[in-house]
Amino acid sequence: MDFINQVINGLSTGSMYALVAIGYTIVYGIGKMINFAHGEIIMASAYFAYVGMSFLHLPALVAVILSIILTALLGVLTEKVAYKPLRGKGSLEVLITAIGVSYLLQNVFYMIFTSSGRTFPQIMPKGAINIGGLSITYITIITLIVSFVATGILLFFINKTRLGKAMRAVSEDQGAAQLMGINVSTTISLAFAIGSGLGALAGVIYGAKFSIINPYIGQMLGIKAFIAAVLGGIGSIPGAMVGGLLMGVAESLTIAYISSDFSDAVVFGILILVLLIKPAGIFGSNVREKV
Amino acid sequence: MLLTVKDLNVHYGVIHAIKNINLEVEEGQIVALIGANGAGKTSTLHAISSLLTSKTGEIIFDGQDISKMPAHKIVATHLVQVPEGRRIFAQLSVEDNLEMGAFLRNDNKIDEDMQHVYELFPRLAERRKQLAGTLSGGEQQMLAMGRALMNKPKLLLLDEPSMGLSPILVNEIFDIIKTINKEEGVTVLLVEQNATKALSIADKAYVLETGKITVSGNAKEVASNPRVKEAYLG
Repeated sequence: MDFINQVINGLSTGSMYALVAIGYTIVYGIGKMINFAHGEIIMASAYFAYVGMSFLHLPALVAVILSIILTALLGVLTEKVAYKPLRGKGSLEVLITAIGVSYLLQNVFYMIFTSSGRTFPQIMPKGAINIGGLSITYITIITLIVSFVATGILLFFINKTRLGKAMRAVSEDQGAAQLMGINVSTTISLAFAIGSGLGALAGVIYGAKFSIINPYIGQMLGIKAFIAAVLGGIGSIPGAMVGGLLMGVAESLTIAYISSDFSDAVVFGILILVLLIKPAGIFGSNVREKV
Repeated sequence: MLLTVKDLNVHYGVIHAIKNINLEVEEGQIVALIGANGAGKTSTLHAISSLLTSKTGEIIFDGQDISKMPAHKIVATHLVQVPEGRRIFAQLSVEDNLEMGAFLRNDNKIDEDMQHVYELFPRLAERRKQLAGTLSGGEQQMLAMGRALMNKPKLLLLDEPSMGLSPILVNEIFDIIKTINKEEGVTVLLVEQNATKALSIADKAYVLETGKITVSGNAKEVASNPRVKEAYLG
C-alpha cells in the first residue's frame, strides 16, 4: 500500500514537472530553441499569484488566472526582447542569452522580494482522503486533475483547431508554413504564451505544495522539467507529459526507499542514461518522410 | 499583366545569383521558366514569394507592389507557391494539410473546395486521414498542389512539380496543371528542368542561364529555337 501511495505522490509531483516540461517542449518544437529561463518564468508566476492574494487580497481563483495571464505576457515579452533579435543566429548565442534572462529575472525578484522565503497562501484544502489504506492528500488530487485537464485542453487545441495545426505546421517547416500564409513570428509568440501560461499553473501548484517561495525556486524545477522533456523526447507534448510523470515517480520512490539526499542524483542519472541509450527520448522517433 | 518582375537581382553573399531579370505573366496563361540546375529558377520563385529577402527590383502582382511584403502576406494576395520538394507537412494528415492551405480563409466554402480537391486528386480522398509523410512522391506532389489550390490562388508558382516522379506520373501531373489552368482559370508560372514537357503545355517561356534570361517568347518559338533545342530538348 505504501508503494502505491508513493507512486501516486510521484505522479502528482510528476504532473507538475510535466506542465513545466510542456513549456520547454512547445517552445523547442516551434522556435527550435531551449528557453533556459523557463524555470524563472515559473518562479515569477508563483510571485504573481502570491502578490495577488497576499497584497491585493484577490480571491485565489482570480489571483491564479491573473498570474496565468501575466506569466504568459512575461513569456512573450522575453521572446520579443531577448530571443527574437537572435533569430537566425547560432544556438550558442541563444543559450547564453537565455542564461542571462534567467539571472536577470532571479535578480529582479530578489531586489523586490529579497531572498527570504515568502509564505504562499494556503489555496488548497489540507488533509487527505483515505481509501482502503491509501492516504491521498487533496493537493495531490487537485494537482493531478488540474494538470491532466490543462494538458487535455492543450492537446485538443494542437490537434483539432486550425491555429493549433498551424503551430504544428510551423514546427515542421517554417518556410512552407509561410507559404500557407501563417505568420511565423506570431506563432512563436503564441508558443511562448502557452508554455508560460501552463508554467504558471505549475508555479501555483509549487507554492501550494511547498508553502514557501523564494527567487530561486525556478532553478531546480526548471532543470528537472527540462530533463523530463528530454526523457520524453523534446518537441513532443505527450513525451513531456510521460517524461514528467516518470521523473516524479522515480523521485518519489527514491525519497521513500533510498534517501531524499539521493533523489537529485537519480534525476540527473536519468538524464545521463537517456543521453547514452536513447538521445531522442521516448517519443523522439519521428515518422520518416518519404522522398 | 497579372505579374510583372522588373530588374530583379538576388545576391547570396558575393554570388550574384539573379542578374536583372524581367518577366511578365499574363492572366490565364501558363508561363514556363526553364533552365539547367543552378540557373536560378528556384531563387526567382523564392524572390517572388519573399522566402528570400536579399533582393532588389520591383515585383508587381495584381496591381500591387509585393516586393517588400513578408511571405505570409503575399499569400493573402492569392499568389501561392508550391515549393520544390513539395514540403508537405509530413506529421499532419492529408486533410489537415489541405486545411492549412486554407489557413487565411474564413468563408464557408472551405469544405466544398476540399471536396473539389478530392475530385481533382481522387487518390488523396482515399488517404485523407493518413499522415502526409506516408504518401508516395506522386501523391505528395498532388497534395502540395491541392493544398495550394485551397487558397483559391490567382497565380500558382510551381517549382519542379515533376521532380523525382515516374514518366507516367509526370504525364498525370502535367495533365492536372493543364486542367487547373484551363478549367479553374488559375494562371501558372511553372519552373521545370523537364523542358520538353514544360514547353508542351506552356503559352509562353523564358530560358534562364546562370541567372540571366537568354531566350524568351511564345512557347512554340522557344521550343524551335536551335540553341534551346540543343541545350534542353536533346
